[in-house]
Amino acid sequence: MSATLAPPDEAGIAAAIVAAHAAREPLVIEGRGTKRGLLRPVQAARTLSLRKLSGITLYKPAELVLSARAGTPLPEIEAALAEHGQHLIAEPPDLRALLGGEEPATLGGIVAANLSGPRRIAWGAMRDHVLGVRFVNGAGEVLRSGGRVLKNVTGLDLCKLLAGSYGTLGVMTEVTIKVLPAPEATATLIIEVPDLDAGVRALSAGLGSPFGVSGAALLPGAPHRAALRLEDFAASVSYRMERLREDLARFGTARRVIEAEESRAFWRGVRDAVPLAAQPDHAVWRVSVRPSAGPAVAAAAQALGGRALLDWGGGLVWVAAPATVATHDALAAAAAVSGGTCTLFRAPDSLRLTVDVLPAEPAPLAAIGARVKAALDPAGILNPGRMRAGL
Amino acid sequence: MIAQPAPKPEILARRAEILAALSTLVPGDGVIGDPTRLKPYETDGLPAYRQVPLAVVLPRTTEQVAAVLRYCHVNGIRVVPRGAGTSLSGGALPLADSIVIGLMRMNRILDIDLDDRFAVVEAGVTNIGITKAVEGDGFFYAPDPSSQLACMIGGNVMMNSGGAHCLKYGVTANNLLGLKFVTIEGEVIDIGGAHLDAAGYDWLGLITGSEGQLGIVTEVTVRILRGPEGARAMLAAFKGTEIAGAAVDAIIGSGIIPVALEFMDKPCIHACEAFAHAGYPLDAEAMLIIEVEGSTAEQDDLLNRIKAICERFDPISLKVADSVEQSLAIWKGRKGAFGAVGRISPDYLCMDGTIPTSELPHVLKRIGEMSVQFDLKVANVFHAGDGNLHPLIMFDANDPDSFRRAEAFGAAILTLCVEVGGCLTGEHGVGVEKRDLMTVQFTARELDQQRALKSAFDPQWLLNTAKVFPLQGASVAMAAE
Ligand SMILES: Cc1cc2nc3c(=O)[nH]c(=O)nc-3n(C[C@H](O)[C@H](O)[C@H](O)COP(=O)(O)OP(=O)(O)OC[C@H]3O[C@@H](n4cnc5c(N)ncnc54)[C@H](O)[C@@H]3O)c2cc1C
Ligand SMILES: Cc1cc2nc3c(=O)[nH]c(=O)nc-3n(C[C@H](O)[C@H](O)[C@H](O)COP(=O)(O)OP(=O)(O)OC[C@H]3O[C@@H](n4cnc5c(N)ncnc54)[C@H](O)[C@@H]3O)c2cc1C
Repeated sequence: MSATLAPPDEAGIAAAIVAAHAAREPLVIEGRGTKRGLLRPVQAARTLSLRKLSGITLYKPAELVLSARAGTPLPEIEAALAEHGQHLIAEPPDLRALLGGEEPATLGGIVAANLSGPRRIAWGAMRDHVLGVRFVNGAGEVLRSGGRVLKNVTGLDLCKLLAGSYGTLGVMTEVTIKVLPAPEATATLIIEVPDLDAGVRALSAGLGSPFGVSGAALLPGAPHRAALRLEDFAASVSYRMERLREDLARFGTARRVIEAEESRAFWRGVRDAVPLAAQPDHAVWRVSVRPSAGPAVAAAAQALGGRALLDWGGGLVWVAAPATVATHDALAAAAAVSGGTCTLFRAPDSLRLTVDVLPAEPAPLAAIGARVKAALDPAGILNPGRMRAGL
Repeated sequence: MIAQPAPKPEILARRAEILAALSTLVPGDGVIGDPTRLKPYETDGLPAYRQVPLAVVLPRTTEQVAAVLRYCHVNGIRVVPRGAGTSLSGGALPLADSIVIGLMRMNRILDIDLDDRFAVVEAGVTNIGITKAVEGDGFFYAPDPSSQLACMIGGNVMMNSGGAHCLKYGVTANNLLGLKFVTIEGEVIDIGGAHLDAAGYDWLGLITGSEGQLGIVTEVTVRILRGPEGARAMLAAFKGTEIAGAAVDAIIGSGIIPVALEFMDKPCIHACEAFAHAGYPLDAEAMLIIEVEGSTAEQDDLLNRIKAICERFDPISLKVADSVEQSLAIWKGRKGAFGAVGRISPDYLCMDGTIPTSELPHVLKRIGEMSVQFDLKVANVFHAGDGNLHPLIMFDANDPDSFRRAEAFGAAILTLCVEVGGCLTGEHGVGVEKRDLMTVQFTARELDQQRALKSAFDPQWLLNTAKVFPLQGASVAMAAE
């Protein structure tokens, strides 16, 4: 077991990294440390934990801005926002119920993993709402990028680069995000569809309507269910739902509308990939394709003995399937057919260390990537190998 | 006048040879070397700065762009990418020893997919061109800079452009899916694609807003959205800027996110009214234009809510459009703001800082004081929803002292923006104009980190040299190679 450092402040984080940099000693970077199973495992003698770097540092509801230390548990942020009727736009997933573990996700961890929920299709990804970060690079330097204003194009945007970099380019110590008023009402139209193709066509029709659909998922099963969410003022939701029902009448006969808490619970389930819970021993992949290609990926997953859940109008396919190299290769190939990408999200170490968990990049981009990694983490001590072998 | 790096004498000496080589790479009429035909490329939307380039190349294909960049890389020639040249920060200003690569001939729409809601277009397609191609089916491309008739999507990507409607729909970065990107070494790389959130590092996010520092974009895949059922605007005028600012906070705080929320101060109201006769209240200190979307009933509901909120702030006038025509009339003055100021002043500098919206009254007051101090008039128009300020500083370009004061005034405003927690630029980029102010916002280490990232893409610093990064440190970074 590796030793854990958990400094209570940014200076302590920086000092730990300065020392590791000087000693050329790799560090595992963790929020609350419950996601060691995602992407590739890191071999390191020490873990640097952000768990003590916690607390909201600025919250201006009228400016739609919140800053918090990176180790702040998400429930604490959600509670503060709820007090002012606001919410996290990207609705990042919480997969504890599904995958075990007690610890809540941290703000830094969610941003570092760039995890976004169903609202992604309408309101953007987690990274789209990161306005600014403070972080420590691999040389132990404390740096900032962005700020606390909604629009910012000053210099190179390191916030975006750090989002989704899984702690391999820098350790975020404080994150400033954009937040939004939580909608007054929510309702979901659920249509029973004959197959996945019809389902995605229904979702596309909804997303191509003027009604502001903010969730579009397809749950496989017998029957398949296409679900479309509306969120807005109550009068708007009821008017738009009526129109949406009429517009989508051609896609299926059994149509049902769920509202309020029932609708919210439904989307929490989609967000947290609950429908994949049946096979806890399976590996989990995340495939990103153009929506119309989603059904083919799901079909490939089924042919491999797996299950699929389609979110983002069909464009995000969560797959749970047997943890083998052959499954991985087949899913990667199914994604590549339409120009999409496949990520091995969670699997036993043996598989994670055998295959490329992320799709390979073209050689010139990989070369730039290696130089970017060296520019931010010259000694290669931050989560080495977390995303790609040897990097 | 802003300092520029000395041209490389060996490149200037090889001009004829370089032109000949470029002509083989981009045959036909793709290379411009004739001094009179180079003249239109000496400046962009910031005409105070001018420099005729060594040559201009107008490629028609990605392969030609790659060949030209490869040639420049091997020969150490500096390159300035150019879209429509509407940058207001001198982003496409040439250097004497640089070639300009103009993307305007790459203007084809390659693919439109309404089911999957994306479009693939070449970098030289205008912003409005994308919307024009899909509006027949009820779709649109969301970011709408005021320059949208002219500016090109490649330039939008590099400046991360926004528009009046980005409070709801986001800026360019939030509406991109993929890029075809050519490195200085002439490698063509596909980044992202017709899907959301490609795996791995967010190259799309890093390249967006990089102002031509990392490579040249030749194709762009954008999200297209279905338009709302309708939209309508209202106008609210107040006795003071602080009161108008408080009204903005109250609207947003009530849970309404209008699609647009624009703020104009008194000088701007007057300039626009004289120009557009839009019926703006001339006795107001500040005015808001607020637009909402949805069905007619939804518009009524939202406009009534907003009206009720504004009434709490003792408005001078409230005018809710009851037709599309009235909406257009309300917008007419705002859309013509730059032209309107152009009529009352021979020249103006359009600044572009952002501030936390709570600082608005303080910042407007300070700008008013500076206007007296620098003895120059200023009009303010402001994307109030997202803190993006556009002070228009009026000066006379024929009077060098007036220009010098205008530059100093602009620098003082942007410094103030940073001091109150904002930043140097919201949407127009750093370019050459704000380059030397970067040290106000960033520490030396922060700038070095950004420079190291540039070097990872462009080791010889050939791409849009002398933009974005202060000259001094940049030459250190270049010398270190
Ligand atoms: C398939 C799947 C399985 C999941 N399994 C679980 C599970 O078993 N248990 C669970 O609780 N959640 C799980 N999640 C949820 C999700 O991973 C977390 O909500 C999220 O990663 C944040 O958690 P954390 O803060 O603990 O991050 P961590 O796991 O600690 O970190 C996530 C990544 O971000 C990096 N990182 C963390 N903080 C920072 C920082 N401040 N700066 C830079 N990098 C940082 C880490 O190095 C790591 O690479 C799962 C999600 C999916 C999709
Ligand atoms: C009247 C007026 C109103 C404006 N209103 C707005 C507004 O509301 N919002 C806003 O955001 N901006 C606005 N602008 C600024 C400007 O229009 C935008 O920055 C626009 O995105 C520039 O596009 P362009 O094609 O003209 O690019 P250019 O000015 O030609 O270039 C801009 C920068 O991008 C680089 N570049 C251009 N094309 C490429 C490419 N293909 N690959 C690599 N680098 C490239 C250039 O080197 C330069 O650094 C306005 C400008 C004017 C004149």
